Order: sequence, then structure tokens, then C-alpha cells
Amino acid sequence: MSIVIQNISKSYQSLQAVDAISFEVKEGELFGLIGPDGAGKTTIFRMLTTLLIPSFGEAKVLGFDVVKEYKSIRNSVGYMPGKFSLYQDLTVEENLNFFATIFGTTIAENYELIKDIYFQIEPFKNRKAGALSGGMKQKLALCCALIHAPKVLFLDEPTTGVDPVSRKEFWQMLKRLQQKGITILVSTPYMDEASLCDRIALIQKGKILKINPPAAIISEFDKTIYAVSSLYKHKLILDLKAYPTMHSVYAFGEFIHYIDEKSDFHSQDLNNYLISKNHQKIEILAIEPTIEDIFMDL
Amino acid sequence: MNQEKIITVQNLTKTFGTFTAVKGISFDVYKGEIFGFLGANGAGKTTAIKMLIGISKPSSGKAVVAGYDVVENTESVKKSIGYMSQKFSLYDDLTIKENITFFGGIYGLSRKNIKLKMNDLLTELSLQDVANKLVGSLPLGWKQKLSFSIALLHEPQIVFLDEPTGGVDPITRRQFWEMIYAEANKGTTIFVTTHYMDEAEYCDRVSIMVEGVIEALDSPKKLKEQFNVASMNDVFLKLARNVE
Repeated sequence: MSIVIQNISKSYQSLQAVDAISFEVKEGELFGLIGPDGAGKTTIFRMLTTLLIPSFGEAKVLGFDVVKEYKSIRNSVGYMPGKFSLYQDLTVEENLNFFATIFGTTIAENYELIKDIYFQIEPFKNRKAGALSGGMKQKLALCCALIHAPKVLFLDEPTTGVDPVSRKEFWQMLKRLQQKGITILVSTPYMDEASLCDRIALIQKGKILKINPPAAIISEFDKTIYAVSSLYKHKLILDLKAYPTMHSVYAFGEFIHYIDEKSDFHSQDLNNYLISKNHQKIEILAIEPTIEDIFMDL
Repeated sequence: MNQEKIITVQNLTKTFGTFTAVKGISFDVYKGEIFGFLGANGAGKTTAIKMLIGISKPSSGKAVVAGYDVVENTESVKKSIGYMSQKFSLYDDLTIKENITFFGGIYGLSRKNIKLKMNDLLTELSLQDVANKLVGSLPLGWKQKLSFSIALLHEPQIVFLDEPTGGVDPITRRQFWEMIYAEANKGTTIFVTTHYMDEAEYCDRVSIMVEGVIEALDSPKKLKEQFNVASMNDVFLKLARNVE
């Protein structure tokens, strides 16, 4: 096990940020903490990277206790915080050199590990970090977190505010790092990224709601989701919400996802209801749930 | 949606030194429309928005927002629009009530009107019980809903939303969009940027900016047909690939 967390809690005055959480991350695993802002993801990261002392509970990273043996952990893990934390007024190369020096290494020594990523920002190596675009900043931050060849990589919302193309590329980079044997704990508010992890923990308000491989979480879900569409989307949301046996109604891209509370639900009844509400081009299809559907139903 | 133009942009350009961030873009936004303004990081979206809301002067070209030229009538533009972003929205160390009073004052609302608006807003968002709490203590989703309502205090004709839902939980994100729909139904024009491609589907029309140029502009349905793909995410990936 690369990471073992037992009953860990953290409270700030009256706020219980992390509430008795336990989970383990296997060596070489790509493990995702999936949850919205305020779920407690950052607090978990900060405890595991020894930047915050837990209020209760124990955690070990690479066998080292996060409180008693924090120095050993700091040397062997990489951490990319959610907020861009590099030196804005140093250049790309200066930042990377700085982090290498702090960890007693050089860019040359571990160049192989960051090559794929650094290659993309190397043309801008004399540009100040503060002047980089969002996607480039993120790549530089990842290089800096990797430059001492860590065994475990902690990435706190690396893709928040990043466009879909850069997000896709970023996950491809993570997969390649995983193949090199690095254990990765990554958090994200984007539910579509959950399917790219080996296992995920769905987390909300300081508690873990579920831990499993994404496919298992989907197959365990016991409700049927219907994708509904008509010509008038906003009216459709309102009318579906007013349907007597409605369990939930959420907009999902071009469709509305509808769950009924009855097990003997017939979509034809709903179709008739929508016709009576003057909807046109009605479509109702049973579909496979996404992680986001399941998250919202927890 | 009617065909009355509320934003007209012609050849709008912005250069910083030798770098051209926005390269002569032209488009119109109609009254009451939900207009999605998409693009990769660094594509020039923020620069373009800054020109439209009158805080950055175009290098060349022309933009008319709510009937006012963004260069000649900057102050009138600012009075006709609302603006919220993920980065700057409200003052964390003021209470909810204080934020409403402050922004109401900035927008030039009378004390009486602020009081009326305050009651409506607190009731609508069910924030009565926490009205005297600091905004900094609110969950992000609540903050964003509050921020959106405050951007509408002075009943602007257009509201600009710059990544309003980044990091917000999935349920609140949807509640936020229901607020957007309701506002658009009242005739307010919504100009919104997002990195959630499912949200792009909620827009009446979507433009996609790539390296300072608008590469595509149409309804989500037509864009999907045009690029022969199933989702807006795929449209985006097709257009914005190989950039940066």
C-alpha cells in the first residue's frame, strides 16, 4: 500500500472539513478523489503531504507516519496544489531548477521523467511563469512536482479551470506517469474524469460516500435513468419536475436525465403527459448512468 | 428569442506588443439569447470580454453593447451590463447584506430600492437565515448564486458570466443554470463562458474561439451536425486541438 488512511478527521473551529475518512491507495494505482468544492479534498491532500496535522486518526504514506515521520514523506512525494504555487517572477527554467535544487537533484538527472511534458513548454523556458497561459502553468507545475522523481504524486484539482483539450492531454500524461510506476492520488470536480481512474472515492461534505472502480460504481446503481428531450428545454425541466412520481430531474447536456420513484414506471405514461403539456419532438430513452448521475443521487 | 441585436462586434482586435490576442472578430448577439463564448485557455476569450465590458480598449475594430459604443460610451456600457466571474465576485469579509448594499450603491440604486431588492433576493435564494454571515463562510455554490443575483441588481440588459460554475458541485451547477434560464426568459441576454461542455449544450448559440479567431458559431445542434459528432465536447476537441 502506498497510502493508508485510518479514521482521519480535521476540523477548523466549528467546521468539520474531513470527517473520519479511511481508504487505501495501492502501489502504482491512479486513485481519484471526486467531489465538489468544499468536500474536503484539499484538506486530505494537505494532511497526506504533511502540511497539516490531523485532528484525529492516522495516515501513512509509503509506510511513513504523516506526523512523526513527515520529513521522510516530503522527500519522496510530489505535490501539485490546487492554487498555482510556483514563483510567478521566475522563468520556467528557473522555477524548475529551483525545485530540483531544493530536493538535491538536477534537471538533467531526472529529465527522462519530465521529458514528455517539459518538451511542450521548453520553447518558453525563458518566459516568466506568471506570463504563461493556464495550460502551460499546469504543465510547469507538474514538472516541478516530478523533478525529484517522487514515488507518490498528489495532484489537487490539476484540471480545474482548464479547457477540455488541455484536460484530455493532462490525463494522457497521468496515464504515462502511472506506467512508470508512480502512484497517483488526484482530485477533480469534473465527474467525467472519474472514469479515467483505477478506483475513485466519491466525497462530499468531509465524508466518503463510495469507493470502488468507476465501472463497479456504475453497475451497482439500481435505478433507471431516462434521457428525455423535447423542443423546449427549460419548459421540459419544469414540466418533468411537476410529474407526480418524479424522483429527480437534472439537465445533462442536450438531454434531461429523469429518474422515477416507481419501479413499475412506463415511459409511455410520461410521454403522454409531455404531449398533454404541448411538448414536441419528445424522446425518452433508458440510458446507462454516468458517475455524475450517481453522485447526484447519493 | 427575437432578432434584435444587443451586441454587435465588428473586426474587434487587441494587440499586446507583438502579440495579437484577438484577431478581428465579428459576431452579433441577440436580445434574450443565451450566448456561449467558448475557447481553450489562452484563446483570447477574456481579452475579448474585457473589451465588451469597457475595461480594455480595442486596438482596432468596433463593438456596440446595449446600443453604446464600447470606446465612446464606456460608462453607459458599464451601466447597462452585469458581470460576474469565478475569480472576482463578492467581498468575502463583508456579510451577505453588506455585499448587496455595497453593490446596490455602486450600481446607483436608491436606498429604498436596495432594501426592496435585498428582501426579494434573500427570499428567492433562501438566504434569510444567513443574511448577516460573512460571504467568505458560504459554500462556493451559494456564493456563485448570490453573485449572479447581485450582478442583476440594477436590472441590466446583458449579463456577462465568466466561468460562473467552475468547481461548483453538480447539483448546484444545474440550479445555477435554471437561474440563467429563468433570467433569459425575462428577456435578459446572457453572455457566458464555461469549460463544462454539457453547459455549452444549454446555450442558444455557441461561438468557439481558437487562437484569437472565432472558428465556429451556431446552435449546439447545428455545430454537432456541421462537425458530424455526437457532443459539444467532440466539437470542441476537433476545433481546438493542436493549439498552444
